[in-house]
Amino acid sequence: MELYVHIPFCVKKCAYCDFLSFPQGEEIQRRYVEKLMEEIRTVSAGFHDTPVSSVFVGGGTPSVLKARWMKELFDCLRASFHIEETAEISMEANPGTVDREKLRIYREAGINRLSFGLQSADNRELKALGRIHTWEEFLESFRLAREAGFSNLNVDLMSALPGQTVESWMDTLKKTADLDPEHISAYSLIIEEGTPFFEAYGNGRGDGILPDEDAEREMYHRTREFLKDRGYERYEISNYARPGMECRHNLGYWTGVSYLGLGLGASSYVNGCRFCNERDLGIYLGEKPGKRLDQEILTKKDMEEEFFYVGLRLVQGVSLKEFEERFGERAQDVYPGLMERLEKEGAAVLSDGRFRLTDYGMDVSNYVMAEFLQ
Amino acid sequence: MTAVDQSRIRNFCIIAHIDHGKSTLADRIIEMTGLLTSREMQAQILDNMDLERERGITIKSQAVRTVYKAKNGEEYIFNLIDTPGHVDFNYEVSRSLAACDGAILVVDAAQGIEAQTLANVYLALDHDLDVFPVINKIDLPSADPDRVAEEIEDVIGLEAHDAPRISAKSGLNVEDVLEAIVEKIPAPEGDPEAPLQALIFDSVYDSYRGVIVFCRIKEGTVKRGTPIKMMATGASYDVVEVGYFGAGQFIPCEELSAGMVGYITASIKNVRDTRVGDTITDRSNPCKEPLPGYKKVTPMVYCGLYPADGAKYPELRDALEKLQLNDASLFFEPETSVALGFGFRCGFLGLLHLEIIQERLEREYNLDLVTTAPSVVYRIHKTNGEVIDLTNPTNMPDPSEIEYMEEPVVTAEVMVTTEFVGAIMQLCQERRGVYLGMEYIEATRALLKYELPLNEIIYDFFDALKSRSRGYASFDYELKGYEQSELVKLDILINREEVDALSFIVFEGSAYERGRKMCEKLKDEIPRHLFEIPIQAAVGGKIIARETVKAVRKDVLAKCYGGDISRKKKLLEKQKEGKKRMRQVGNVEIPQKAFMSVLKLDEE
Repeated sequence: MELYVHIPFCVKKCAYCDFLSFPQGEEIQRRYVEKLMEEIRTVSAGFHDTPVSSVFVGGGTPSVLKARWMKELFDCLRASFHIEETAEISMEANPGTVDREKLRIYREAGINRLSFGLQSADNRELKALGRIHTWEEFLESFRLAREAGFSNLNVDLMSALPGQTVESWMDTLKKTADLDPEHISAYSLIIEEGTPFFEAYGNGRGDGILPDEDAEREMYHRTREFLKDRGYERYEISNYARPGMECRHNLGYWTGVSYLGLGLGASSYVNGCRFCNERDLGIYLGEKPGKRLDQEILTKKDMEEEFFYVGLRLVQGVSLKEFEERFGERAQDVYPGLMERLEKEGAAVLSDGRFRLTDYGMDVSNYVMAEFLQ
Repeated sequence: MTAVDQSRIRNFCIIAHIDHGKSTLADRIIEMTGLLTSREMQAQILDNMDLERERGITIKSQAVRTVYKAKNGEEYIFNLIDTPGHVDFNYEVSRSLAACDGAILVVDAAQGIEAQTLANVYLALDHDLDVFPVINKIDLPSADPDRVAEEIEDVIGLEAHDAPRISAKSGLNVEDVLEAIVEKIPAPEGDPEAPLQALIFDSVYDSYRGVIVFCRIKEGTVKRGTPIKMMATGASYDVVEVGYFGAGQFIPCEELSAGMVGYITASIKNVRDTRVGDTITDRSNPCKEPLPGYKKVTPMVYCGLYPADGAKYPELRDALEKLQLNDASLFFEPETSVALGFGFRCGFLGLLHLEIIQERLEREYNLDLVTTAPSVVYRIHKTNGEVIDLTNPTNMPDPSEIEYMEEPVVTAEVMVTTEFVGAIMQLCQERRGVYLGMEYIEATRALLKYELPLNEIIYDFFDALKSRSRGYASFDYELKGYEQSELVKLDILINREEVDALSFIVFEGSAYERGRKMCEKLKDEIPRHLFEIPIQAAVGGKIIARETVKAVRKDVLAKCYGGDISRKKKLLEKQKEGKKRMRQVGNVEIPQKAFMSVLKLDEE
């Protein structure tokens, strides 16, 4: 099993962000940490003996919390769950929110992987995104993390930004790769409804400002080629890593591993059941923890569909043998003719008992995945 | 009810251009003759279909009988027969007129005479009706009743200086109209003892009583038990009930005799047995000849109607059958399309009739429909001497078998203010119109006469007319006949496959332009696929226009983490759902909307 811990706070909300995150004062942050620990103690009851292979602290910006609170949280987690010695323990951090002391405490808490939200190496682009940091501040944070002994670092980058060109994107990639992180996530910007970016660029308002489809695809394809040259393999639609340094926590999402979400709005997938925590901070703080919202018990059919539409995000694709073992049916019988058709369309390849998307199939993966929904 | 003195009966109708106040005046007459309290009045009693009320037009003619106590102290029976006001229903109008002895012509005091006013007056005069004018809406600020009275005298030649000047809306001077009905409309004639001769002018289907036949007794008498026969269809029945029309209800009576207007029921199961215009006679004492003027109504416009959801085919059939119970002019037969599956080829009196049926199917029967391009009936003379009427473009024979083709042509009258004459003439030219002449109705208004192919006016002629005259043009037409024409079948190929539902017949000279526009429109409607999709227009296998729908280069959710999986699934399901509503042609998904959007090629 995996654990996800949500910290819904940040210094300032970015213009493109639709995550459950907002700035809050220290008093609320403290009350949140206490409630979160109460939740950890309550919901861990049924999982004391379940080994936990990874923990991911996400947000928001978890690094806005006082470092010793983070340590408290981890003490609580370790007291409540059986976290394996070798577990991957990741935390998201924003450049400019960490210092030497904080990083030392994170190490002490057992965190062994940091994920920096850099997004761009271009200060103008950072400003347009509403980020609070500069490229230089990121460099400092990255250097401090290495000094503190973090040997597994991820950098998040975003392509298809307003005003971004293929050149400025390649520059961001190059500068990032030069720092030699173990993992790079390179997403293309999604204009989400309800964000200031949607107001500015949604519904065609961004035409001429946002890179067009062709430029966007070029960025994606050149990213793959460039990072491959630098020794990073693409293993998921938007994720690249040094061999063996893939994010195990995320791999779990795409291969059907159970995960328990802790904290405001966190999602869980446990025992074939998906559910979600309370999303309203006031209610979350005021209620007994452990309430499950939007509970959805997956049927066999749901799981078969998920097997494909989630699993196909991985470059290695899905194992048809595993499908048969898990569901007692051959995928070819559940989806007659479909895989052959997708192969003929150049979107996928079937070889060595694995079905996987081609580069082109990745580009149009929504189309391919929708085909597996019945 | 005892036998009624013919001299106390007035059978009449109201004729008017659309929106000149026909229905409002009818309401006032019913109200002021005192059979109804104001509370019972619906806003417009004669139009009782929702759709009619919304469109402000009357679709099916109906009748109402009221009693008026005139200033001379006598009571008169008024039979007000309502007539549909649209050219699609011209034949039905003519049968309603034939049931009357006189007509009230309503003219708007601000707008004056319009194309439909003229067409209806001529139709009424053709039926030897006594017509007297009424000038309505005199309370409008822009009203000019003197000018309109003059216009009526000059253009139509009707005495108008003493025409009642009224506001049907407020009821002002409407009693003058009631008196004029008594004075100016002649009492009916006919011998109650003669062999029965009754004119059918409408019928409705009632699930308890069967068809209720609306008729005017010209000669003789009919009552319960009379063995009747419809002279054109040959159908025979025994009368179950006769009666007259109260406001909104059927009131049974002993008998209907010459001069009266009323209804007959006879357990008639099928409205097709009671054709409008047919003559009812007494089998035991038949009249020598039927009344003149009957013709079998034939559809002028055909299109394919398909259920958007193929599984609803039986429901569509049931709905069409139900509508046909009340509408003998609606024709349908099953057809299949490669692109659209199972549906019906339906025939209509005109485009309005088509739209009304389509809306009723969607609204009253909750059906989602896909409609193919409407087509007129082409006449094909084959080299082997055979002549066929073509109602579905897909059935067009190979050009090598065709000697020549004919298309229906109408004579059209457009009334327009002089400043727009140029624009309207240009429109008519573009639509292959043949100029017949122009008359000035007054210094600022002209009546243009054109001969136009019907297929040029069934799409969007009304809209074009309105926009090019800023709403000032009015239009009326009647079928003239068939004329030889250079026609070709235009096919649309999507990804190199012919889509039968998109084929249509077009004038050869317009084929290129139409083909180009079709391709452009379809390019916007067809979603991008993983592969490039050529859209081509072809005539006889030769490509005349082409557009391309570019292949999808990107359709990917870049970021997906644990909490996203459910949300993402919903997104994909929505995408998939959208595809389900599309039609598959070859390996291309075509949205339903695409089939209809091509009907509106001239929209800017």
